[in-house]
Amino acid sequence: MTNATLKQLSQQLAAGAVSSVELATQYLDRIEALNPQLNAFITVDRARTLADAAAADAARTAGNAGLLTGVPMVHKDIFCQQGWKTSCGSKMLDNFISPYSAHVVEQCNAAGLITLGRANMDEFAMGSSNENSYYGAVKNPWDLNAIPGGSSGGSAAAVAARLTPVATATDTGGSIRQPASHCGVTGIKPTYGVVSRYGMVAYASSLDQGGPIAQTAEDCALMLNVMAGFDERDSTSLERAREDYTRDLNQPLAGLRVGLPREYFADGLDADVAKVIEDAVAELKKQGAQVVDISLPNTELSIPAYYVIAPAEASTNLSRYDGVRYGHRAADYKDLVDMYEKTRAEGFGAEVKRRILVGSYVLSHGYYDAYYLKAQKIRRLIANDFTAAFAQCDVILGPVAPTAAFNIGEKSGDPVQMYLSDIYTLSVNLAGLPGMSVPAGFDRQGRPVGLQIIGNYFGEAKMLNVAHQFQLATDWHTRAPAL
Amino acid sequence: MKWEVVIGLEVHVQLNTATKIFSGTSTAFGAEPNTQASAVELAFPGVLPVMNKAVVEKAIRLGLALGSKINQKNVFARKNYFYPDLPKGYQISQMELPIVEGGVLPILVGEEEKLVKLTRAHMEEDAGKSLHEDFSGMTGIDLNRAGTPLLEVVSEPDMRSPEEAVAYARALHSLVMWLGICDGNMQEGSFRVDANVSVRPFGQQEFGTRREIKNLNSFRFLEQAIKYEIQWQIDTLEDGGRVEQATVLFDPDSGETRMMRSKEDAHDYRYFPDPDLLPVRISDEQIARIRSEMPELPSAMKARFVEAFGVSAYDAALLTGSRATAEYFEAVAQASGQGKLAANWVNGEIAARLNREGKDIGDCPISAERLTGLIQRIADNTLSSKLAKQVFDALWDSDLSADAIIERDGLKQVSDVGAIEKMVEEAIAANPKAVEEFRAGKEKALNALAGQVMKASKGKANPAQVQEILKQKLA
Repeated sequence: MTNATLKQLSQQLAAGAVSSVELATQYLDRIEALNPQLNAFITVDRARTLADAAAADAARTAGNAGLLTGVPMVHKDIFCQQGWKTSCGSKMLDNFISPYSAHVVEQCNAAGLITLGRANMDEFAMGSSNENSYYGAVKNPWDLNAIPGGSSGGSAAAVAARLTPVATATDTGGSIRQPASHCGVTGIKPTYGVVSRYGMVAYASSLDQGGPIAQTAEDCALMLNVMAGFDERDSTSLERAREDYTRDLNQPLAGLRVGLPREYFADGLDADVAKVIEDAVAELKKQGAQVVDISLPNTELSIPAYYVIAPAEASTNLSRYDGVRYGHRAADYKDLVDMYEKTRAEGFGAEVKRRILVGSYVLSHGYYDAYYLKAQKIRRLIANDFTAAFAQCDVILGPVAPTAAFNIGEKSGDPVQMYLSDIYTLSVNLAGLPGMSVPAGFDRQGRPVGLQIIGNYFGEAKMLNVAHQFQLATDWHTRAPAL
Repeated sequence: MKWEVVIGLEVHVQLNTATKIFSGTSTAFGAEPNTQASAVELAFPGVLPVMNKAVVEKAIRLGLALGSKINQKNVFARKNYFYPDLPKGYQISQMELPIVEGGVLPILVGEEEKLVKLTRAHMEEDAGKSLHEDFSGMTGIDLNRAGTPLLEVVSEPDMRSPEEAVAYARALHSLVMWLGICDGNMQEGSFRVDANVSVRPFGQQEFGTRREIKNLNSFRFLEQAIKYEIQWQIDTLEDGGRVEQATVLFDPDSGETRMMRSKEDAHDYRYFPDPDLLPVRISDEQIARIRSEMPELPSAMKARFVEAFGVSAYDAALLTGSRATAEYFEAVAQASGQGKLAANWVNGEIAARLNREGKDIGDCPISAERLTGLIQRIADNTLSSKLAKQVFDALWDSDLSADAIIERDGLKQVSDVGAIEKMVEEAIAANPKAVEEFRAGKEKALNALAGQVMKASKGKANPAQVQEILKQKLA
C-alpha cells in the first residue's frame, strides 16, 4: 500500500479498503525501518499521528470525510506546526515547539490530511545537497552515497522511498525542483504569491514559495488545490479566485509550443542529463508538441543576482534568532553583545553564517548600490527574458540541474561549485514564475534525472497538464528505489 | 563673537489607531507587560507583517494639513540593528520613499508668524521597552509598545532659538490633536521630540556641527535641553574646542545633556526595501476622500474668525491654538453675535483662569452656552464690566446661568432714569463743594460726583447714564 499514489490512497480510504490508522501504521513502520539509513525525518511522533488518524477515521464514519481525509503526509520542518518541533534544520530552533500553524499546515489539516512527521532539510533552507542540516545529511534513496538535493531533501527522499505519499516543501532557488529531480519524484513550485508564506520560516522573503512533492503530477495538482489560496496574513499572497489545478490534466498536447532555451543546453550540462531531456522532448513531440528555439540571455547572471539578493534578505530575516525570546541561547556570556555573539556563533551552521555575512556585506553603506541594487536590476532583466520567451511558447523545458545527484561530500568544501549547480533553477525564482520537476530517466550510474517545466505566471494548470500527459506515456515516476 | 543657533526637530508622533501597525494586537496603554504582544510582535519564526490601513489614512491627514506632497507610491524599509526590545532585529520604517514629503507649519513666535518647512514624515513601528531598574543585574523587556504606529515628522533646520523650537513643537502637537491622529499625551510618550542643535558665527553660510538630543517628552525639557546644549556648544567653541557630531541625552535632574554615542559609534542600519510588504499605493480618490473628511484647518479657521467675527489676527491665532478652544469660541460667538466680546473673554478671563488652575478648555466649568448668557447681558448693558466679572466668578463656581446669578445676587445694572435722577439729586445736594468746582470749570469734579452716585447704587447704576444725567442737572 505504501507504493500507492495520493489519489489511489484517497480512493482506497473512500472505499473502506483501508483505514487511516492502518495506513498511518504502515507508513510509520516503514519510516521506522528505513529512516535510520536515510535520515529523511527530524521528528516522528507515532502516538500523535495515530491519534490524528483515528480522528480522521471517526470523521469518515460520521460522514464528514473529504477527498483527502485520513491520507498521511509529511511537512518540511520549515512550516510552523502547532505543538510540533519546528527546527528548520537548525540548532538555533532545536528547542522550538511552534505555538501556531502555518497557513499551509492549516489548509492541510482542514483537508483532513494527517501528519506522519517532519522532514529534514538544509538549515534554514540554505543548501543544494541537504548536507547543511544540524540533524545530519539526508541520503538519496536511489544511492546512499549520493545527496538527495536540497534544501527539501528530506521531503523528496521521503516520497522517493515511499515513506509518505506526499510532502510539503519550499523553493527559494530550486529547493523543490532540484531534490525532486535527484530523487526521481514530481515537485512543483507555484507562481510567487500563490501559496501563503504565513508560518513558513523565512529564508529569502521575495523568493520563498511553498509547494508539494509527490509521485505524480496528478497528486501535485491535488495537493496544490489544498495548499494554494489567498491568505490576508501574507501581504504578498495574491488575491485570486480559487483554481482547480486538476482541471486541465487530460487536455491533449497537440499544438503545444515548448520552448527550449539555448542557454540550458550549453557547456556544463552532463551528457546523460542532456540525453534524458532530449528523449523527454521527443516524447512530447510525439504527442503533437511543437519545439521552439528560445533564448534566455541573462541566465548566467542569475547566479550572482540570486547569491546577492537571497543572502541580503536572509541576513535580516535571521536577525530575530538572538537568544532573547525563544530558541538557542548560549550558556555563558558576560554581557548583551557577548550573548548575541555566542548564541549566534553556536546556533548557526557554516553555510548560514556565510550567507548572513555576504548579505550583511552587500547591504552595507557604500556597497548597497553596487550589489543589492545591481542585483535587483538583473532580476528585472531576467524577468524580461522570460516575458519575451513566453511570447513564443506556452511552456519552457530544460534540465533541472547540470548533473544527476553528486556524492555526499563531493562539493561541500567548495560553496561556489555548489552554487553553480543551481544555474537552471534560480532564474525561475528571481522572475517569480512557476516551475516543476518531472522524473524523466536516469544517468549511467542509475541516478534519477528530472525534466524541468517552466510555466508563465499562473501557468500551473498548463504545466501539470504537460507533466500528466508525459506521465501517462512514461513510467519513470512509478519507479521506486530498492531499499 | 555673535552666534547663530540652528535647530531642526524630529518628532515621533504616536498614531492613535486601535491596533498595531503590522498586526491586529491592541495598542491600549498601560496593560501588564507583554500582554499586548502577539506572535508578530514577539517575532516568532514565520510570522509576517500586515499593514494597518488606518495608519496610512492618518499619515495622509497630516500631509494634507501641512500642504505636503503625498507620495502615492511609498515603500517600507528595514532598519537593521540588534537590541532586545527590537525582536525582529530590524525596525520596519521608511527610507527612500516616505509617505509625506515637504510642507510648511506656521508657528507663532511672540506675536509674529513664522513658517517652518518640513522635510518629510514617514510611517514606522515603535520598539518595545527595556526596563533596567526593576530587575537587579538583569534587564526586563516589555513588548506592549512594540509595533505601535509612529509618524516621524522631520523639519528642516529652520528654527533659530529655543523659543522657536518650542513654538514649532507646540504647533505640531496641537495640529496632530486637531486632526485627531494622536492623543498628544506626552507623559505616555505619544509625542516625543529629538532636537538637532548647532551654532555658527552670525553671517556664516554653512551649518555648524550638530548634536542630536534624543527623546524629549515635554516642552519644558525641550526648551531646557536646547538652552543648555547651545550654551555648551558656544562655550566649547569659544574655548577653542570643537563640537563633534554626536547623539546626546538630556538629564532633567541635572539640566545637562550628556553624550550617548559619537559619530564613530553610529550604526550602519543596512536599510533596504522590506520584501514582506508591498509598496503602499494611494489613489487620487483616496486622497480626495480624506481631504473631504478633514476638519477645517487652524489656518482656515483663523482667517474665517477675522473675517466673520471681526477679531484681530493675534486673537484669532490664540483662539485656534487648539481645536477645542476654537470650537468653544465659535459656539459663543455664533450664539451671542458678539465676536469681539467672545474673543476677549475666551482669550482673557477663561484662558487666565484655566491656566491658573492647570486645566484644559475641555475641563472648563463654564459651558459655551453659559458664557454666551453672560456675554448677552454685557452686550445689552444689563451688566457693567465690573459686575460681569462678579457674575463670571459665580458661573465658574456654580451650574447656574448668568441670568439666574444676576437675579439671585441682584446684580442687575440700574438703568431706570427716575431712580438715577433721584440718586444724582441727592449727590448734588450732599456735595456742594464739588458742584462749585465743576461749575468753575474743573471737569474732574464730575467724576467725584459720579463716583458718589455709583457708591450709592452699590455699583449697579449704569455709569454712562449717571454721567449724562449729572451733566443735565448741573448745566
